[in-house]
Amino acid sequence: MSINSLFSTDLKPVNLGLDMFAEDLTAQGVAPVRMDWTPPGGGDPEIIAALGRLERPELVEKIAAANEEAVGRVLAAQPFLEGFGQAIDTVPGMTKTTILHAGPPITWERMSGPMKGAVTGALVFEGLAKDLDEAGELAASGDITFSPCHEHQSVGSMAGVTSASMWVHKVTNRTHGNVAFTNLSEQLSKILRFGANDQSVIDRLNWMRDVFGPILAGAMELNEGGLDLRLLLSQALHMGDEAHNRNVAGTTLLIQALAPYILETDFTTKEKREVFDFVASSDYFSGPTWMVTAKAAMDAAAGIENSTVVTAMCRNGVDFGIRVSGTGDRWFTGPAQQVVGPMFAGYTEADSGLDMGDSAITETFGIGGFAMAAAPAIVALVGGTVQEAMGYSKTMNAITTANNPNVTIPALDFMGVPTGIDVRKVIETGILPLINTAIAHKEPGIGMIGAGIVHPPVEAFQQAILALADTIGQA
Amino acid sequence: MTRHIDIRKNTYLDSVSLMSMSTKANAVEGVTQALLGMATPMNKEVLANVGVQDPAIDAAKPSDLMIVIDAADDLVEDAIRSVNDILARKSSSAAGEAEIRYRTLDGAFEEVPDSNLVLISVNGAFAAREARKALVAGKHVMIFSDNVSVDDEIELKNLAHDNGLLLMGPDCGTAIINGTGLAFANAVRRGSIGIVGASGTGSQEISVRVHDFGGGVSQLIGTGGRDLSAEVGGRMMIDGIEALAADPATEVIVVVSKPPAEEVADKVLGVLGATGKPVVVCFLGSSRTESGYPNVQLVSGTKPAALAAVLATGVDESTLDLHALNIPLIEEVRGKLAPEQKYVRGLFCGGTLCDEAMFAALATFDNVYSNIQKDPAYVLGATAPSREHTFLDMGDDDFTDGRPHPMIDPSLRLQRLVQEADDPEVGVIAMDFILGFGAHEDPVGVTIPAIEEAKAKAAARGQHLEILGYVLGTDLDTPAIAGQVAQLEAAGVTIASSSTNLGLLAREFVAKGDN
Repeated sequence: MSINSLFSTDLKPVNLGLDMFAEDLTAQGVAPVRMDWTPPGGGDPEIIAALGRLERPELVEKIAAANEEAVGRVLAAQPFLEGFGQAIDTVPGMTKTTILHAGPPITWERMSGPMKGAVTGALVFEGLAKDLDEAGELAASGDITFSPCHEHQSVGSMAGVTSASMWVHKVTNRTHGNVAFTNLSEQLSKILRFGANDQSVIDRLNWMRDVFGPILAGAMELNEGGLDLRLLLSQALHMGDEAHNRNVAGTTLLIQALAPYILETDFTTKEKREVFDFVASSDYFSGPTWMVTAKAAMDAAAGIENSTVVTAMCRNGVDFGIRVSGTGDRWFTGPAQQVVGPMFAGYTEADSGLDMGDSAITETFGIGGFAMAAAPAIVALVGGTVQEAMGYSKTMNAITTANNPNVTIPALDFMGVPTGIDVRKVIETGILPLINTAIAHKEPGIGMIGAGIVHPPVEAFQQAILALADTIGQA
Repeated sequence: MTRHIDIRKNTYLDSVSLMSMSTKANAVEGVTQALLGMATPMNKEVLANVGVQDPAIDAAKPSDLMIVIDAADDLVEDAIRSVNDILARKSSSAAGEAEIRYRTLDGAFEEVPDSNLVLISVNGAFAAREARKALVAGKHVMIFSDNVSVDDEIELKNLAHDNGLLLMGPDCGTAIINGTGLAFANAVRRGSIGIVGASGTGSQEISVRVHDFGGGVSQLIGTGGRDLSAEVGGRMMIDGIEALAADPATEVIVVVSKPPAEEVADKVLGVLGATGKPVVVCFLGSSRTESGYPNVQLVSGTKPAALAAVLATGVDESTLDLHALNIPLIEEVRGKLAPEQKYVRGLFCGGTLCDEAMFAALATFDNVYSNIQKDPAYVLGATAPSREHTFLDMGDDDFTDGRPHPMIDPSLRLQRLVQEADDPEVGVIAMDFILGFGAHEDPVGVTIPAIEEAKAKAAARGQHLEILGYVLGTDLDTPAIAGQVAQLEAAGVTIASSSTNLGLLAREFVAKGDN
């Protein structure tokens, strides 16, 4: 390349900045490549400096190698459903007075309305309080241990409230040996995890404890080989799911895989029939299953020195938290955002609680909002066209490290889902991860009122880049 | 209030679409509540919860679509029609393929690998970082942005030099590469004269004068105003000169700049001497007259530079219209001005044009004030009133802080024009009007009312106010020069034919009695 070779080549400019210059170039018959540029790091000099420190050539290679290792682990992970058990018997660190919740750590006082509703409902369900009022007092008394699901190898949908006697999935990543857990779908929509807690909610939880959980556990005891969840997930995406807000195909595949074993259990036909009816009552049955699949894969990528890959994104209804491979167990947080999307009849945006749940582990893994192009049936959630949904998935390539060859999107010529969110790329491009999610009513006791899309707060990524520059940049 | 209930048998819409349509239906004028849903037990319960009960709803099956619209009585028919349209999904997908835009330069380069030059005009705080990315990717760069540090400029120019790339700027306003104008540039003929310019409007002016003399431009390389400072050392200027020396399409080289640091001038002249091609150098305001190299001619103004360059391509001088100074015109204007109208006020968009007019005045007068004066005793801030002879570069940072350049937004200059007309000691107001890519679409038209107001103010106190205009542009520009000149003439403005003549005429109009 030399200046003189430019003189003998057709000019092909890129216009970064004022649009009028692009228009003048087009008028001269030299249409430029156009940019939709925003200042890196939102224009904050401290953030740009941190990004700059990580762009030093000697670090770029180290980070690239670490990220390759992290994403390699995600892609190689083989999460298998091994069985179901009660939280007290299976989840590490669980006690009779522990309540696990979604998102980064939070105290009872700061919890959102729906999460408080779920906590008090769970305390009544566990028999620790006789009613919701007493449960509220108990929750505030200091006798209850609140802890994030993520700190117990678990994830929890919406409020994520998981108590001792609830049944959970037990999933093993057979490649790397780590185990992950999540509780069972209560289906939709007036349910504990959305903050509802009246008697109908408690009755359902009792039935799940006494019938649903034991039957699923019994079925999986008969299935000695376990279920290859990545395979099922991959099929579900080929059938039009994105595995966060659309789970029609995945639920069908999962219950189909479980059905023969359910039939072989010793429960009564009436009880089995109840299980099938319950699963059929909502597409969401497999929603938690894909969350725990993602969790098992992402945990394998945690704690890799020099890696800037995000290993968890989650929300507690007040704070949005992320974890990054190279910074281990640290949380980086910012305010939970308003979810934008269609609402159930009779509700408006003013009723909606802020973004909540560990379900963004699906986007962290590369499905959900990142796989929007696989699920044209739900583009209405993003208020746009199918074309735009395709665009969302492609846009996520700009902030991720790799495409997952095991989980692909047919409509994008079998592009692998964008995997391994890189904190540096988020800061540089200003593109925030796209999350598909549900909306809970802001008050306790009501439940789900809509669904839509949301982005993490940029603050969480800004904190992360500063911490990464301090740790990796020091070396 | 009217409630409209419609149960559509065996009509299936998925719940997500229905939620979305519901949201739209609730936004229809006159609708207080619209509820759309399949008649599932759950949805019926939702309706009951908000007080909607009806035997038709009770009888509906899960395969039926329920539509409930509560609307003002007089609007219900319209509302039903609108909701039906929403349900019929009248597509608005006529939008077509959106133009592709890239978020990052790396993304753009990946998708368009044959892109070869990046024009950067983002905030200066971010420009260096983007320029570095472009250079590392092997792309030529023009940085229009200002507020880039000297350290960054040097680092970027070294990087560009090592990779054989252009790094034009920062604060580079104009370039013409392969016949294409970048940022502020005029539509000029292609030809055999190559220009390297450290001053944007100076380069524009020379390209326009070359065009006017029948010549053409091979390449116009901008360097940014700081390139010839001692720190930067002419890094881009030298690379640009060497590229033009090696360019078979370039027969004559023109260099335009404010006076460089002395050692840089020596270095640049040495490089120019070694090119072996005819070279014309215009260091505006420099007292130097000898280059020390037989092929390198030093000239004092932009017009002499363009003329010398065109003649060096072999054109016969007798065939050119040289636009000599109109001596009778000078006498005529002097006759119209009252004795107390001793001063010139210059209001400029173009920095080099301001410089050139100021230097012309300084050749005759001492009391010349400006925001770009070298002598601190004569520096005038942007908010200070004009005094005696005043020449303002309104495109300079003092005036543009927080507002667009006057070539784009003329409002500040219009105010100043009217203000200057209040001073009875002012005889001449000199102004430039810059046409071309990036400039205002009708710089003359937008100024005419202020010109009329200024003239009227002077007339009210029995004075003639001479307004002297120069339009920097060509017949190929949009708008073309002829129409702009005609508008000025119709408003009683005297036209100068070049930047050089603008300065000379302004000075001479008020020079009576001093000579």
